[in-house]
Formats: sequence, structure tokens, C-alpha cells
Amino acid sequence: MKRLELRDLRKSFGALEVLAGISLHVAAGEFVSILGPSGAGKSTLFQLLTGAIRGEGEMRFDGAPLDGARFAFMPQRDALMPWRRIIDNATLGLEVQGMKRSEARERVAPLFAEFGLAGFERAWPAELSGGMRQRAALLRTVVQQRDMLLLDEPFGALDALTRAAMQRWLETIWRSHRWTALLITHDVREAVLLSDRIYVLSERPARIVREVAVPLPRPRTESHELAREAAAIEADILDTLLGRPVPINEHPMENRND
Amino acid sequence: MAVWYDPLRGGEGASSRELSTIGESGRDGQSPPQGERLAFTRTFANFFPAALAFALLLTAWELYARFGGIAPTVLPAPSRVLAQAWENRAALADNTLPTIRATLAGFAFSLVAAFILSALVDFLAPLRRALFPLLIASQTLPLVAIAPLVVLWFGFGLLPKILLVALVTFFPMMVALVEGYAATSTEISQLLAAMGAGRWRIFWLARLPSALPYFFAGLRISITYAVVGAIFAEYAGAAKGLGIYMLSAKNNFRPDLVLAAVAVSSALTLVLFGLAVLVQRLAMPWENAKGERAGPGGNRPSGEGRR
Repeated sequence: MKRLELRDLRKSFGALEVLAGISLHVAAGEFVSILGPSGAGKSTLFQLLTGAIRGEGEMRFDGAPLDGARFAFMPQRDALMPWRRIIDNATLGLEVQGMKRSEARERVAPLFAEFGLAGFERAWPAELSGGMRQRAALLRTVVQQRDMLLLDEPFGALDALTRAAMQRWLETIWRSHRWTALLITHDVREAVLLSDRIYVLSERPARIVREVAVPLPRPRTESHELAREAAAIEADILDTLLGRPVPINEHPMENRND
Repeated sequence: MAVWYDPLRGGEGASSRELSTIGESGRDGQSPPQGERLAFTRTFANFFPAALAFALLLTAWELYARFGGIAPTVLPAPSRVLAQAWENRAALADNTLPTIRATLAGFAFSLVAAFILSALVDFLAPLRRALFPLLIASQTLPLVAIAPLVVLWFGFGLLPKILLVALVTFFPMMVALVEGYAATSTEISQLLAAMGAGRWRIFWLARLPSALPYFFAGLRISITYAVVGAIFAEYAGAAKGLGIYMLSAKNNFRPDLVLAAVAVSSALTLVLFGLAVLVQRLAMPWENAKGERAGPGGNRPSGEGRR
């Protein structure tokens, strides 16, 4: 069942065309990634979805025109408020929805263990490491209990090792919740590891150049077998994004494989 | 545990190391005596050079006034100032209270006005363009000329003092607040907007707390002007107060009493400044947390990011 459906979504800023007709869909319980080069207009797409800006084209949710707050949004950097303790950062979305702070805290507290944040409820964001801050940001995102998660390069600001750990962790936690999720990233490996399907964007003005299904079973960090299959998909997508490299043994001057 | 979980744990090894570091610093936070003693040592180390310089200055002054052949009616020694201040303590106290009252009333008025106006300016951009030139112009007014006029217009009561204190303290706080609102992280604003928060909600939840460090910087500047502003106002005309006390002491050729009143007003300013710092600490506990994490294993991402 399609939940989110975009048809021919376009956006220009003055003469600058950013999105040149984006059509995609996300089904219930599906993890979909939008993969594209930097500056392709990925974040513009998210701003359109969250209603921060307006564009042309059709955005539908569950068949009806997209309206109101359907998404829980996780921005690029964690955007934790330094003046709120972790638990009060986690309750932020619920408070904005009008829930009392005490009630929101009760709702959020049981999730801290699952997010690897047990014992840090009363910590300030400045006391947490980058990975923990991102987990707190995701916690803040999912407790809003919206229909769908929008993740905007959530691990982009982390160092490589922490990012890899966070990707694995997200895959694990996603499997037990099956959130409907749309991830924006320029990290091909991240997209392959996490997604059911991947839309590959062109450079600006962005259009969808390819849709890749990722049929690998989950969990995906279980075996090196799977890692090899994932690597093949990854290489294939990189070819789409960067163009196919010319292998040395296909070079006419050095072709000794006759 | 399933096999796949092991690599995850392996990958998170760095994080669990972090966890223990954070746990330790958390414990530090829970044992304030040690932390406070450390802070005290640090504070002492910070203030010792200043205290020493001050003591040397006073000593030099004392020696010069005693042995330099200067009449005490021209330059009294610090010891004489102190002795006379003690002798006239009742009169000094009697004149200090109105100054404190004028300072606090003026400062409170200024604070409320700065908050309300800055919020209005934040919501209505054109208002900012209308108000700021006026505010800047207000800072060019020479207090010496303005103070007697304000007293002429508003009499010898509390009102002209409130206005003059506000005139000198309002601007730094207003500017600090307006700039502080503008310094709000766009990501936090966007996040709140995506959560469905309106402008007022965003102001309350994000812009106001973001402005706090700026506000306190402005407040610390303001508060050092406040006492001086009140004394100026009293100097221009008042029944009681340190300003008028200084004026009459000067007219009676008592520089020792003028200096005694000066010392009281300086002490007053220092106390207010200290209070401002204290309130800042209490109002922004997360800033202290940041400081505690400054050491090794501080606020670094996991893994090789740490030395």
C-alpha cells in the first residue's frame, strides 16, 4: 500500500531549477532512500515535504493530498537544544503537539534503553558523544508517532567509524519497528545497507535517473556473504552516479587478454 | 545474541569506551565538593594577580600621601579614607540605600523594556529599522548635559533616576537580545517548524534560550553602568543618595568622603556584577556541563576522533 506518493514534483529558485520532476512513492513499512550527489536538491525535496517551502507537482499521502504534519523529521546535524536535558530534547515533538511535559517524559523514558541512552536522561547534550547525540535525535524523531520518518543525512556529521556503527544500529532498531521511512543520503553504502528501495538522483536540476530495489534479506550485517552482495549493488549504483570506469584490460593499448 | 549483533558491538566498542568516560564525568558532576574546591582554586588563581596589583597600588598611594608632603584635603591616604568612611558610616549608609533603590528600580525597568522591545523587534522586522537609529542616537547623549534636564523635567523623585539608569543600561541588553535571537540555529528552527510549532512557540522554545548567553553578556556590561547612571542622576539633583553625598563632600573640601562614597559605589557595582554572574550560572547550567567535558575524552565523536 502506497503511503507517500510524489508525482512530477518541481521546484525552482528564480532561474535556478533545483527539482526537475521528481516522482516516487514509499509503501507502508518500507525503508526508501534518495541517493544523490551533494547539492542535487535533496534537502529542497525535504523542505517541500515538511511544508517549509512550496513547489509544483503532486504530493499525496494515503491517496489524499499531503496536508498537516505527517512526518517526523530528523535533520542533518542532531539539532539537539543545548539548554534542554536529553529527556527534554526527546519530548520536544510531543510538547509541540501539546502534550504535558510530565506525560511526555513518561512516554519517552522507557525507550532510552533501546536507544542506548539509559542513564543519560538527565545529561546535557554537550555531555554526549556524536553517536549518542544522533541516537537521541532519532529518539526525539520516532516518539512523535507520525506516519513516516524523514531522515536528512542523519549521520553525515559523524566520523566514519561512528557512522558505520550508527548505520548498523539503525538497521537493527528499524527491523524491530518497521517504521515507514524516507532517508536522504549521499552515502551509497548507507543507502544499500538500510533501504528496501533506492532512488538515484541526477545532479541539479535533479531528476530520478534510476530506481534500485535492494532484495537482500535482513539483518544485513549478519554475514560477509551479504556484505559482498551489497558491495556489488553499491558498485553498480556508483557506476550510475559517476559513470562506468574504463578497466585497464579493456584499454586497446594494453589489451593482453585475447 | 544473534551473530549479526557481534559486528555491531564490535563497531560500538568505541562507544562503550565513551560510555565509561562519560560515566566518570557524570560522577564528577554528582560530587560537587571536589568540583567546587577545584573551581575555588581556579578562581583564586584567576583573581590573585588582580588582588596583588590592587594592593600594590593602594600601598604606593598610601606611602605617597603620607610622605610626599601632600595635604589630606588634596589627596587623602587610603587609610584616612577608610577611617573617615567608618566614622561617617551612618551617613554613608543613609545615602547608599537610595542609590541602591534607584539602581535596582532603573535596572529592572530597563530589563523589562529591553525584553519586551527586543521581542517586538524580533517579530516585526520594520520596527527594528525604525528603532535602532533612535537607540543608537540615545547612546550619543552626554549624560552630564542630559541628567540635569531630566531632573528639571521629572523632579527630585525616583523617576528621573530610573530614566537615567535605563538610558545607560538599556542599549547593551537590547542589542544583545536582538542579536541573540538572530543567532538561533536554523536547523533547530526548521525542526520546530516541521514539528508544527508556530512563530511564538519557536520564539519561546528556541530563540529566547538561544539568546541567553548574549543576554548575559549584555547584562554584565549594563550592570557596570547602572550604579554610575544612578549617581549621575543624584548628582544632578536629589534629596539623598551617593551622588548628592559626593557633591556636598566635594563642596565641603572633603575629598576623603568623596573617595569613601566612590569606594562604596565601586563595591556596589562589583556586588551587582557578581550577582549577574551568579544568576547566569544558575540560569544556564548546561554551560557548566560543557566546561566539565573540556578535558580528554571530552565532547568528541567516538573512535579515532579522540586522542
